[in-house]
Amino acid sequence: MTNVINFIVAAVLSGTPLLFATTGEILTQRSGNLNLGVEGMMWLGAFAGFYTAYKTENPVLAVLAAFGLAAFGALIYAFLTVTMKANQNVTGLTLTTFGIGLSLVMGYAMIDSAGGAPKVSSELRASLAPADIPFLSDIPYVGKLLFQYNPLVYLGIAVAALSAVYLYRTRTGLNVRAVGENPSSADAAGINVTAAKYINILIGGGICGIGGAYMSLVTANGSWQPAGIVNGNGWIAVALVIFVSWNPAKAILGSFIFGAFNSLTNYIPASVVEIPKAFYQMLPFVLTTVVLIITSIRKSRENSQPAGCGINYFREER
Amino acid sequence: MKKLTRILALVLSLAMVVVLASCDSLKGTDETTVTTALAGTVPIDKGAIKVGVLHITSIEDTSGYTFAHHSGIMEMKESLGLKDEQVIEKDNVSDTDIPATKAAIQDLINAGCNIIFATSFNYMNTMEEFANNPDYQDIIFSHCSGYKSNNVNFNNYFGRIYEARYLAGIAAGLKAKQLNKPLLGYVAAMDVTMSEVTGGIDAWALGIQSVYPEAKVKVKVTGSWYNPEAEKAAAQALIDAGCVVIGQHCDSDVTQTTAQDNGVFGCGYNSDMTPFAPKGHICAPIWNWGVYYTAAVQAAIDGTWKPVNYYEGMNKGLVDISPINEDVAAPGTKEAVEAAKAKIASGELFVFTGPLYDNTGKLVLAAGEKLTDAQITGGMTYYIKGVDLL
Repeated sequence: MTNVINFIVAAVLSGTPLLFATTGEILTQRSGNLNLGVEGMMWLGAFAGFYTAYKTENPVLAVLAAFGLAAFGALIYAFLTVTMKANQNVTGLTLTTFGIGLSLVMGYAMIDSAGGAPKVSSELRASLAPADIPFLSDIPYVGKLLFQYNPLVYLGIAVAALSAVYLYRTRTGLNVRAVGENPSSADAAGINVTAAKYINILIGGGICGIGGAYMSLVTANGSWQPAGIVNGNGWIAVALVIFVSWNPAKAILGSFIFGAFNSLTNYIPASVVEIPKAFYQMLPFVLTTVVLIITSIRKSRENSQPAGCGINYFREER
Repeated sequence: MKKLTRILALVLSLAMVVVLASCDSLKGTDETTVTTALAGTVPIDKGAIKVGVLHITSIEDTSGYTFAHHSGIMEMKESLGLKDEQVIEKDNVSDTDIPATKAAIQDLINAGCNIIFATSFNYMNTMEEFANNPDYQDIIFSHCSGYKSNNVNFNNYFGRIYEARYLAGIAAGLKAKQLNKPLLGYVAAMDVTMSEVTGGIDAWALGIQSVYPEAKVKVKVTGSWYNPEAEKAAAQALIDAGCVVIGQHCDSDVTQTTAQDNGVFGCGYNSDMTPFAPKGHICAPIWNWGVYYTAAVQAAIDGTWKPVNYYEGMNKGLVDISPINEDVAAPGTKEAVEAAKAKIASGELFVFTGPLYDNTGKLVLAAGEKLTDAQITGGMTYYIKGVDLL
């Protein structure tokens, strides 16, 4: 029993950065823009979050800074694709390269000025330590399973839930989905297509950045790892968006399932069955492929990619 | 007009022949000068020596493998009094990317390096090709952690890090014994087939068992030399399984900070990790690569460099353990470690002495026998008794 709970906890912790990144990318894609710069924006967030935490020792400022710098990366992408109508795929990939490069360069400058490995203070780490809620955290099994995560895990779930409400329960969200499906109809209906895209791309990018800050502050235990912070999670998030069929509510469970695949390799004892690590690493992508096949067979509108996603909108084009 | 073009064509082709011919003669003189200066045999003026280095990760690393090598290079530069421009370090050269490795070595050669160090295993074959190229017989090629050499200008170097791991094992075993929990964990970068990693685990386990015979070591493999995310997950899984001291053979310090967060203890690697986890880290096996780099470059300057393989240990100071963290270590750790260290240095204690059983109970080394250096560097592909995958 304890082993199963440890496994679930590990899955949730490993899935949380994916949850942020997936939610952010869903908001972006719902407005009709495919942003392949998730990995880059996560790197920007990882650096900004770390540096702010390191300098100010304030976790709230760190999260805000991560959001801000990643949103800045997204702004570049939004300007190039929405205003300048540049190719979305290429721009997104460029943003990944740019984000990783910029964060590494700034990271090296930070190491140089610190004269060694920069680490956030133990007080800051304590503020991101597993929660200890009176009574609730102490309940046997349930306490560990539900009430002993670090605050960013709860923040991630809240952000995903709020995004789902925003997209499916508000008029603005409806407008955004209309822009993503068919921008010219939305435009004809009087929706400001450009504004809807800008807002969603920026907020989505910022949320990806918080996922990056999670990697540098929680996953890497608050020590700046010069080259291994985000570790490809941004790319897995792009697959996860498809897996959860562009729905932030489903992203909560979906991220934890992908997190569980990450953790399987550590929690299936080798004495029970010894499976090559590569097999576990392959599982998320196999599952994504299966989901893609199933949704394309069912041809459900609700569960497929927004029709206008990846295509730039030219108002004058007929 | 037509005539003019013809004359022009004739002149141009004549010019080409002349140029080609002169190229040929140039090449001829080059060859004669090259053959006279075989690598390492002629003294090189200290001001003229140029050292090239290939690193697998960034030299801005703050604790890992490249940090240790880069520190060694800096130490060599300082103690020999070389100028900045006499040392060229190429970092972030993936050792599985052969074109990148080739380009980096070629760059170092073009920059005029007389001696080139490649610090990671998979650079080996590419470096061998360069060393065997007749044009580069005047350059010393030195490769770390591999097993190839050519008796002319190519050697390999590594150290008996297992001696340091054995000592760290004593400290870890005493800590587990103090806690009365015979279960220890190990985050390993590569699986059992990688002798460098597996030999290290076995040495650590032998050190543990020398003070706490019933202790068991559980191993988690990350599949990567440097992956903080996977290292943290592996460390957490070991701690969840009840391990109280976690050793590591991977590059980041995340294993040690994770141990500290969970109220357990650990042994790092490559550099002293106590500053990163002051309440968790006991001591770490460390490298002092400067010992080799200084000796090798000095030999190149003196013209006494020999293409022989370098495999030294605690006796030369190439490997050691970081200072014991007295706040964390069990009482008596320092004394026990010092005693074993003296025995290793004097040759009284050899870590891999039989009888040695693998974890299936098979005798792999008969009583009283010792593993050869070749067996240690290339043949340790089994976990010893008491060591198992988690």
